[in-house]
Amino acid sequence: MSEGIRTLDARSAAGDSASLRGLWQAVWKQALVAAVTWAAAALATVAMPDVVPWGSAGLFAAITAGAAVLFVLLAFVVHRLGHVGERLVYYGPWFIAIGVWLALWELTTAKFGWLPKPFFSPPHGLLNVYVTDGPRILICIAYTLRLWGLGFLSGIAVGYGVGVALGWSKRFEYWGMPILKLIGPVPATAWIPVTFYFFPTTFAASIFIVALASGIPVAILTASGVASINKSYYDVGRVLGADNWYLIRKIAVPGSLPHVFVGLFMGLYYSFAVLVVAEMLGAKFGLGWYIQFQTAYSGYANVYATLLIMALLCSGVVRLLFSARDRLLNWQKGFIS
Amino acid sequence: MSVAVAVAPPAREFDHNPSLSLDIRAVSHQFDLGGARLPVLSSINLNVAAGEFVALLGPSGCGKSTLLRLVAGLEAPTSGAILADGAPIDRPDPSRILVFQDPTLFPWATVEANVATGLEARRVLSSQRERVHEALALTELTAFAGAYPHQLSGGMAQRAALARALVNDPALLLLDEPLGKLDSLTRLTLQEELVKLWRRRGFTALLVTHDVEEALLLAGRVIVFSDRPARLKAEFKVDKDYPRHRDDPEIVALRREILGTLGLKT
Repeated sequence: MSEGIRTLDARSAAGDSASLRGLWQAVWKQALVAAVTWAAAALATVAMPDVVPWGSAGLFAAITAGAAVLFVLLAFVVHRLGHVGERLVYYGPWFIAIGVWLALWELTTAKFGWLPKPFFSPPHGLLNVYVTDGPRILICIAYTLRLWGLGFLSGIAVGYGVGVALGWSKRFEYWGMPILKLIGPVPATAWIPVTFYFFPTTFAASIFIVALASGIPVAILTASGVASINKSYYDVGRVLGADNWYLIRKIAVPGSLPHVFVGLFMGLYYSFAVLVVAEMLGAKFGLGWYIQFQTAYSGYANVYATLLIMALLCSGVVRLLFSARDRLLNWQKGFIS
Repeated sequence: MSVAVAVAPPAREFDHNPSLSLDIRAVSHQFDLGGARLPVLSSINLNVAAGEFVALLGPSGCGKSTLLRLVAGLEAPTSGAILADGAPIDRPDPSRILVFQDPTLFPWATVEANVATGLEARRVLSSQRERVHEALALTELTAFAGAYPHQLSGGMAQRAALARALVNDPALLLLDEPLGKLDSLTRLTLQEELVKLWRRRGFTALLVTHDVEEALLLAGRVIVFSDRPARLKAEFKVDKDYPRHRDDPEIVALRREILGTLGLKT
C-alpha cells in the first residue's frame, strides 16, 4: 500500500469514528442498561425452574423481555419523542432499578426459595393472580371505588360546609369547635358499633365511616383557613357594598382554599386507611374484603397483588388532587416558588 | 402661572350626586383593649363641603385612620354622629369608598376581577362591565387586567386599589395614607394622578397622611390633629391653583408653619 492511500484511509476512519461518536452520544445509555436489567429478570425467570411452581412464569418472562426490547428501541428514538421522551429520560435510573429489583425478587423467591411460599410471592406469582382471578378483582375495584367515592365526596362536602360555618360564625364556632376537637382524634373505625345501630345497611355504615375519616380534617382545616383570612379583605368587601353572602363566596371561600387543600390531602389519606376496615362490614366485594378473604386462606400472592392495585389507585387519586390544587391555586404561584 | 385649567366635563352621566358633604359632630371614640379603654378620638367637629379635598395630618397612631373607618361606616363612634348629606352613617355604602394604606387586593383574583368587586357585589357587573375597563384605562392598568396581584409592583397595586374604588363612582373618597408605602418617584406620579382624578370626577376627598408636603400639594384644606386621643389642633386653607409645585414660596411657607404646629423646628 502506498503512503497516500494509507493517510486517506486513516482520515476517513477518523471521520467515521467521529460521526460514530456523535451517534453514540445521542443514544440514551440508561435505556440500554435498563434493557440489560430487564432482560436479566426475563432470563432468570425462564432459565431456572421454580422451587414450587407459581404459574405465568412464561408470560412474565415475555413481558420483561418485551420491555427490554422496548428499552433498546427507546435508547435510539427517545430524542424524537419530545415531551414524553423527556419524561422517560428523567425516569431512566428508575427503569434500571426496577429491572434489578425484579431480577432479585425472582431469584430470592421462586428460584432459590430464600423467601418461601406462601408468605412471599415472586413477581410472576402476582401476575398469575391477575391472570387467574382478574374478573373478580375488577369487580372488587369497582366496589371499592364506589364506596370510596361516595364516602370521600360526601365527607368532604359536609366537612367543607361545617368548616366554613365554624370559621365564619362565632356562635357556630363556640358550640361546634369543642365537639369537633373532641371527636376529631377518635379513629373513625371506633364508631363502627354505633353506626350499625344508626344505619339501615352495612353499606351505608361503611360510607359513613369513610366520610367521617375524610370529613373531619377538611372541617378543621377549612375552619382555620376561613378564620385566618386577613380581616381587611372583609373590610374592603364591606366598603365596596358586599353582603355577607358575597363575603363568604368571594373572600372566605377562595381565601381559605390553601388550607382546605391541606385538609383534603389529610382526608384522602385517612379515607384510604379506613377503607379496608370499612369493607369488612359485611361486604361481598371490594379490595379490602378481598384482602381479608385471601389472608384467611393464606393467599398472600393475592393479597400482594391487591395491595399493589390499591397503591396505584391511591397514588392516582392523590395525583388528581394535586393537579386540581395546582389549577385552583395558580394565583399563589408567586408566594410558593 | 395662575391660568385656571378648565375642568373637563364628567366622562359619563352619574347615577347619583358626584359628591357629598360630610358633617362630623362631636365624635369621640375609644378602643376596648381587654378591659382597658384607649381613647383615640376626642370630640372631633369637622365639616367638609361637597367636592372639597381635605387632608388630615397628624402624628402616627393618633387616630386619623380610625376617623376614616368611622366615616366609611365600618365602625360606629362611641359617641357623636357623622352625617353624609345630612343622613347619619350607620353602615358601609359604596358611595363612600375607603382606600387603605396597603392595596389589600384579593390575591386570588385577577386585577380585573379585583376592580370589578364593587359592581359584582351590587350585582350590576353584567350591565356595567365597561366601567371596569374605563377604570383600568384611567389607572393605566389595561395591559395588566389579567395579572394576579403578586405580579404587580407596589405602585401598580396601589393604582389597582384606586381603580377598584373609582369604578364605583364614589361621592366620597376616603384615602388612608394610600401612597405611604410607595417609593418617592411613584408617589409623586400618583399624587398628580389623584389630583387629576379628583378634578375630573368632582368627588369629595378626605386624605389621611403624615406627609405635610403631600397634604399641601393635594388638599384645599389641611387639618392638623394632636397626639392621641386626637383632637383638632389647627386648620390651614391652601388657596392655590393646581398643579401645585412643592417649591412654590407659599407652599414652602405653609409647610414650615404646619411643621411648627406639629412640634418640629425648621
